[in-house]
Amino acid sequence: MSSDPILEIKGLNKSFGPVHVLHDVDFTVRAGEVTALVGDNGAGKSTLVKCIAGIYGHDSGTVTFQGNEVHIRGPKDAAQLGIEVVYQDLALADNLDIVQNMFLGRERGSRWMLDEAAMEKAARETLASLSVRTVKSVRTPVASLSGGQRQTVAIAKAVLWNSKVVLLDEPTAALGVAQTRQVLDLVRRLAEQGLGVVLISHNMADVFEVADRIATLYLGRMVAQVPTKEVTNTQVVELITAGRSGELGLARPDTVTI
Amino acid sequence: MTEKPSATGTHSAPEEAKRAGAISDFGIDTTSKTTSEAISDYFAKVRGGELGSLPALAGLVVLVIYFATQSEFFLSLNNIANLFQQGASTVIIAMGLVFVLLLGEIDLAAGTASGVCAAIMALHVVRDGNLLGGMGSTVFYVFCALLVVALGLGLLMRIWAGAAFALVALLITLIGVPANAWLEMLLAISVGASIGCVTGFLVAKIGMPSFVVTLALFITWQGVILKLIGQGGTLPISSESPTLNAVANSNLSIMGSWIFCVIVVAGYAGVTLGRHFKRLNSGLVTQPTPIALAKVAAIAVLAIVGTYIFTINRSQSAIVIEGVPYVVPIVLAIMVIGLYVLNRTRYGRHIYAVGGNPEAARRAGINVTKIRASVFVVSSALAAIGAIVYSSKVGSVDPQAGALNTLLFAVGAAVIGGTSLFGGRGRITDAVIGGTVIAIVQNGLGLLNYGAAEINIITGIVLLVAATVDALSRRRAAAAKS
Repeated sequence: MSSDPILEIKGLNKSFGPVHVLHDVDFTVRAGEVTALVGDNGAGKSTLVKCIAGIYGHDSGTVTFQGNEVHIRGPKDAAQLGIEVVYQDLALADNLDIVQNMFLGRERGSRWMLDEAAMEKAARETLASLSVRTVKSVRTPVASLSGGQRQTVAIAKAVLWNSKVVLLDEPTAALGVAQTRQVLDLVRRLAEQGLGVVLISHNMADVFEVADRIATLYLGRMVAQVPTKEVTNTQVVELITAGRSGELGLARPDTVTI
Repeated sequence: MTEKPSATGTHSAPEEAKRAGAISDFGIDTTSKTTSEAISDYFAKVRGGELGSLPALAGLVVLVIYFATQSEFFLSLNNIANLFQQGASTVIIAMGLVFVLLLGEIDLAAGTASGVCAAIMALHVVRDGNLLGGMGSTVFYVFCALLVVALGLGLLMRIWAGAAFALVALLITLIGVPANAWLEMLLAISVGASIGCVTGFLVAKIGMPSFVVTLALFITWQGVILKLIGQGGTLPISSESPTLNAVANSNLSIMGSWIFCVIVVAGYAGVTLGRHFKRLNSGLVTQPTPIALAKVAAIAVLAIVGTYIFTINRSQSAIVIEGVPYVVPIVLAIMVIGLYVLNRTRYGRHIYAVGGNPEAARRAGINVTKIRASVFVVSSALAAIGAIVYSSKVGSVDPQAGALNTLLFAVGAAVIGGTSLFGGRGRITDAVIGGTVIAIVQNGLGLLNYGAAEINIITGIVLLVAATVDALSRRRAAAAKS
């Protein structure tokens, strides 16, 4: 279970003007594991993801990727390292089909002649490797897919690029029971393929089902990053709402200096 | 409603797959369909509301049959050729508008911008290349300054083609080469592209709604045309330049017609079958071979019959008129290039993506601003080609060139063909089919001696019917999905 960290963040700070959003955040993503990132609204989950994805810069702190310190200055740097983000609003174009969406902006073939055959094959292989069985044809327009299928396509799009770390921002928030099942299975399979997966979720049942580790943010501080097996649902909820739970989390208030 | 054709809900997918004969893991992609399956699939799609150009094609057939029974001249060889020559300019302008409509934008100025191009082209012909004399010094310098601005904007937005055209227009204007039909056509297209650079900049970079920008420019260009030609003036083309006159009024030779026919058939067969067998060889699913062959055969028959009809002498007097009108290869060439650009190049794919979901396109690293600006360059440049054709057909350019109906018919043509005004949906062939419908209505009603009043009323109703069919079919498609 304890593989080497693929992405390691140490002492990350981020402020928006006077608002100090992330305080000395340490965060580790391991290859082949699902790390759940939980926290209340405004705890800084999305900000942390956006810092990793290069959408925001950070004020201080180090990012180590596969053992080397890296400087991510923009989304392109992150993509080049193999870090992909699946956003809450899926960023798919409804009028295009699955293949066209998966390769959007990174089409294969020359500028003047797209290589449709190669793209179709690669898309099919990727979906097959993720054991996606609910889509009958990769030439189906995205408009006619269900919510779960769309989420699947969005995730497959992130995997297509030989990515090493995939960050999923609430992938099951808008889905029904069966579709959530589909997506969670997919998340598990990503980890089994050796990717480092970060799952942001509010749903404790989902988190306990798929995550190997749970990282909890509380008011911009990383209060605990623990293996799922060692904590209970109640403990995690306490961490989220109060920042500590027994031995875990922030120290007693009297020793904290803010 | 009816059975669900292609889109299946998540839950029912496995059961449905079993019923359909063990289709799983992209069954449709890996199991080649037989001919009969492919045909029944197609009908299922149509029943499900994915009509495509079908309503417009059906309307086309109904109109042809109706006018053929009502007027003995309608299907006369002369009228058929005339129909193509009349409809060509609308079709060409509409093809340009498809690019703009695909982004959910509108170019209301395409008509009058085409008029400006026509006026400048005609001035160049009439004044034998001396635009300074033709425009007067103030207008001339303003015109040159605007071309420089367009050049700058093209470079700023990195739309190299637009910038290059602006440079060409500037050079032709400044050097003052004597009248030459080819040069004048190039000038018209270049001025069109320059106008597009300005429109594109205002819409995409400044971020004004295209409706407002092009409405303002629509009025502006109308004034510019009047300024260039003068109140009540007319610039004759047909008497000055035989080549320009020939564009919409002359025909390929018999030999040329058949060579053109062979090129069309061979080209279509090459592209269709080449793609078909490439997909077969790489193990991808494609339409059944008999259907691919049938399509090629159908196009071949159509092309040969069409060419044969056009090569019969259609003159009612002693002068021989025969051969395929020049406008046919012109329209076909633009259509093929348009099809290629929209379906086979990265640029075309990005246009659809921006039209479908600009945010997704932006996140995918597509330069949305540049795509949005560039479609106006395409639209204005094609409008200029349309202007060349209609000026040639009329034989002169007057201040009414490219006025209101030119644009509205072109937008109507694209919509009748099935292009959505909300972006993301539409094809270049829509413009051709829709433009043909409009040309037939105009021509047929004219033959039946209806006045402008009735023609306008009926053209409007045809547009309304087309939009209604589109809306209803989309509701049906949406209902079939959920």
